[in-house]
Amino acid sequence: MKSIIKYFGEIIGGFITLLTGMKVTARYFFTPWNNVTQQYPENRATLKIAERFRGEVIMPHNENNEHRCTACGLCELACPNGSIEIISKSVFNEEGKKKRAIDKHIYHLGMCTFCNLCIRACPTTAIVMGQNFEHTVWDRSELTKVLNKPGSQLMEGVKE
Amino acid sequence: MAEYKEVYLTSDEIKTDDYLVNMGPQHPSTHGVLRLLVKLEGEKVLNVQPHIGYIHSGIEKMTESLTYIQIPHLTDRMDYLAAHMNNEAVSLCVEKALQVEVPERAKYIRTIFDELQRIASHQLWWCAFGMDMGALTTFFYGLRDREDILDIFEETCGARLTLNYSIPGGVMFDIHPNFQRDVKAFIKKFRAKLPEYERLLTGNVIFRERTKGVGILSKEEAIAYGVTGPSGRASGFSCDIRKKQPYSAYPYVKFNEIMGTDGDTFTRYHLRILEMFESMDIIEQLIDNIPEGDYAVKMKGVTKLPEGEYYQRVETGRGEFGVYVISDGKKNPYRMKFRSPGFSNLFAINNIAKGWKIADLVAIMGTFDLVIPDIDR
Repeated sequence: MKSIIKYFGEIIGGFITLLTGMKVTARYFFTPWNNVTQQYPENRATLKIAERFRGEVIMPHNENNEHRCTACGLCELACPNGSIEIISKSVFNEEGKKKRAIDKHIYHLGMCTFCNLCIRACPTTAIVMGQNFEHTVWDRSELTKVLNKPGSQLMEGVKE
Repeated sequence: MAEYKEVYLTSDEIKTDDYLVNMGPQHPSTHGVLRLLVKLEGEKVLNVQPHIGYIHSGIEKMTESLTYIQIPHLTDRMDYLAAHMNNEAVSLCVEKALQVEVPERAKYIRTIFDELQRIASHQLWWCAFGMDMGALTTFFYGLRDREDILDIFEETCGARLTLNYSIPGGVMFDIHPNFQRDVKAFIKKFRAKLPEYERLLTGNVIFRERTKGVGILSKEEAIAYGVTGPSGRASGFSCDIRKKQPYSAYPYVKFNEIMGTDGDTFTRYHLRILEMFESMDIIEQLIDNIPEGDYAVKMKGVTKLPEGEYYQRVETGRGEFGVYVISDGKKNPYRMKFRSPGFSNLFAINNIAKGWKIADLVAIMGTFDLVIPDIDR
């Protein structure tokens, strides 16, 4: 007799534990305002990205098409996987002195691990991390970017 | 014409070969590219032989060509669920070698991040483990709560998974002004959510029947195989590095090392749930007391370690993680060895799973919380 009670007791107890779990899921089923799903491509306009988010390396330019990069090459040295290539050129300033200036700041997005070491290394804050995270492109060659805009110049007052 | 003759064989005379099944590398329950060569008799497991190396990326060799500042970002990619602990281990090892004293603020931030990462790791483990056992709901609930932690990470250090936050000398950024408020809000929310986990899965009769008394790892075996972390502690092997060799801000906090005695699948499961409560206690002790000051000491661009050998271990979500550096005085390490918890834990599976059914093998493997890049490195 005892074994029979134990047997049925276990069955009923088992059902109760199953119902307890069902209660949790049912609560969320009937309270959909507790759900956290985001409709991503549709909510692009209202999407909030953290300001420190490390999406890609960018070089901000001001309205006169000037940047702060002095072609010192510290970001190239700091990069652990060779994502940054600095191609410099020689320019002559008004006093006739030869100076190093940036020709092309090449950034290989496909090789970048977003470790933030180049931004830490930069002495003039010429490069920063951008918030863009949608990096899909049709061709692999599009992932190699030149960060300084064509015809851009060094901002006045930036010293090495 | 040959005479037809009937032949009867008794069971002793029939010779059979071993029935070998490859579980993985594409099997969903191995959580990555792990291959288990399983010897079966019907549904019974006779032998399990793990084959690893499918995602070997040569991280130990790669470190030999990087500077000490660059190395932490590679360790993110090993145990991606304990990225911050891995970073911290390398940072602590370099700091130990250089005898640099890290600011108190950095220590506190690191410890809070450790515990947040541990909760996030256990949440993902919980939801994947539920899915291994056939409960899909857990997967959504676990990921939902993990999202809050990842948002906190994103706000402070700009990355969600591969943080690269702890660097030799301190942490990379100061905490975000909203950090303390968000962490407190998360803990308040998650304290209410965690009992839900228990109701959903721990109490479930099907789950209990499948895990209680299954796959027992004795304390002796755990020590012999070097099974650390929650899996080792479930067998009664006291191995919490946070208690044994406190680092960062762990000497300042009071917490219990949660221990089990049975060493079965259920104990290993439940211990991790209890650890999440404990982690929240640790964060609550620290979050209001973050001291003012610098968040990092200024390090040189090229750091050279003095000649010698250095070892530092930390407690990750899976167990003991060690970094062993041999330096010859140059800017790159001569040799760097990582002692990963998953590697040691994995090879205890053969002893545990012998004699159990193949479905139990999935459950046993789930409770070891394997991260395959951590094993292969």
